[in-house]
Amino acid sequence: MKVHGAVYSTASQRVFACLYEKQLEFELVPIDMIGAGAHKKEPFISLNPFGQVPAFEDGDLTLFESRAINLYIAHAYADKGTQLVYDGKKMATVSVWMEVEAHQFGPVALKLVWELVLNPTLGMTTDAAVVQEAAAKLGQVLDIYEARLGQSKYLGGDDFTLVDLHHLPFIQSLMGSQVKKLFDSRPRVSAWCTQILARPAWLKVVAMQVNN
Amino acid sequence: MATMKVHGAMFSTASQRVFACLYEKQLEFELVPVDMSTGGHKKEPFISLNPFGQLPAFEDGDLKLFESRAINLYIAHAYADKGTQLVYDGKKMATVSVWMEVEGHQFDPVASKLGWELVFKPMFGMTTDMAVVEEKEAKLGQVLDIYEVRLGQSKYLGGDDFTLVDLHHLPYIQLLMGTQVKKLFDSRPHVSAWCSDILARPAWLKVVAMQAKN
Repeated sequence: MKVHGAVYSTASQRVFACLYEKQLEFELVPIDMIGAGAHKKEPFISLNPFGQVPAFEDGDLTLFESRAINLYIAHAYADKGTQLVYDGKKMATVSVWMEVEAHQFGPVALKLVWELVLNPTLGMTTDAAVVQEAAAKLGQVLDIYEARLGQSKYLGGDDFTLVDLHHLPFIQSLMGSQVKKLFDSRPRVSAWCTQILARPAWLKVVAMQVNN
Repeated sequence: MATMKVHGAMFSTASQRVFACLYEKQLEFELVPVDMSTGGHKKEPFISLNPFGQLPAFEDGDLKLFESRAINLYIAHAYADKGTQLVYDGKKMATVSVWMEVEGHQFDPVASKLGWELVFKPMFGMTTDMAVVEEKEAKLGQVLDIYEVRLGQSKYLGGDDFTLVDLHHLPYIQLLMGTQVKKLFDSRPHVSAWCSDILARPAWLKVVAMQAKN
């Protein structure tokens, strides 16, 4: 299996996390986005016409969109490593909270990662107004998470699943920023973050960045 | 077995996504109207069904769900043997999943912004921001260029058969076909043919008819 991506790319990290949880061997094919803009050119653009990392190969199957890649991996290798999805009715609630991660948490978390983490790295200025608005929005989402995590141990139910995993890259990134307090100030959210960030598979993903 | 319920509204694009799925699967359901003009979606009893206060929510017996795409995935799998096949098992589903993410992350954000500016703002007596429209039309054009290539490779976005991928696009394509954005779809032959095909599906025409009657 191949992942065409980058160790600092949150979407690529989402896939690395899944592969480590499933204890699957894979090869990272590095895509130089910053220096060469390789994600917008061949050969990458044939793997993902939208020009975004990661792309993924398993034999002759080529996929893109990290969440779709992970759904494939989780189902195709259901018998390996951590169980990350279910069959039947139990999957319905997992699906709901996967959509929440993608549509409610993801967009606002991404805005904050750009403003607070990526822009400074790229030598660009942080827009404080955007940060304030996005932080308020993230707070509202986390209030709902706080209530949800009072009903079940993890977002999708009582076990760790793809829902929780999909949050890891943005949470890791934002914990290194001023927005950390939004997670720390909500007890259940804070406990959940601590739990999932400490998973051995996630620590391997973090180590990938340190080694590079 | 209790009838399935959709808590939503006929003019809500996300609710329409679920109606379309239920009609394709030939499943009976009850529409429980939620009055957004009085903020019904931000209060009880709706907010207990979806803490994010957005339409639709869905009930099948004691199973309660929200997020239209998750609702549809549940329906498509749970009632796999009824009506149109909208999802697959195994490897074939992987490519469908990819293009479902494309709809959710590449198409929907820009289509919904255009729908807001060109259709809903005027409806609420607000002014359309033409600078935003211009920017989003350019972005949508780029997405549709990729769709144009994709639809040269397979009849539908997920493969050779109509699936949830195509279905999830219907509410915004229908909406935008009534605006200046129509030209973006019409000017791309494969995209145009695909739109005509999916907009003409009997199940979708039933969803459109729901609005016409009210």
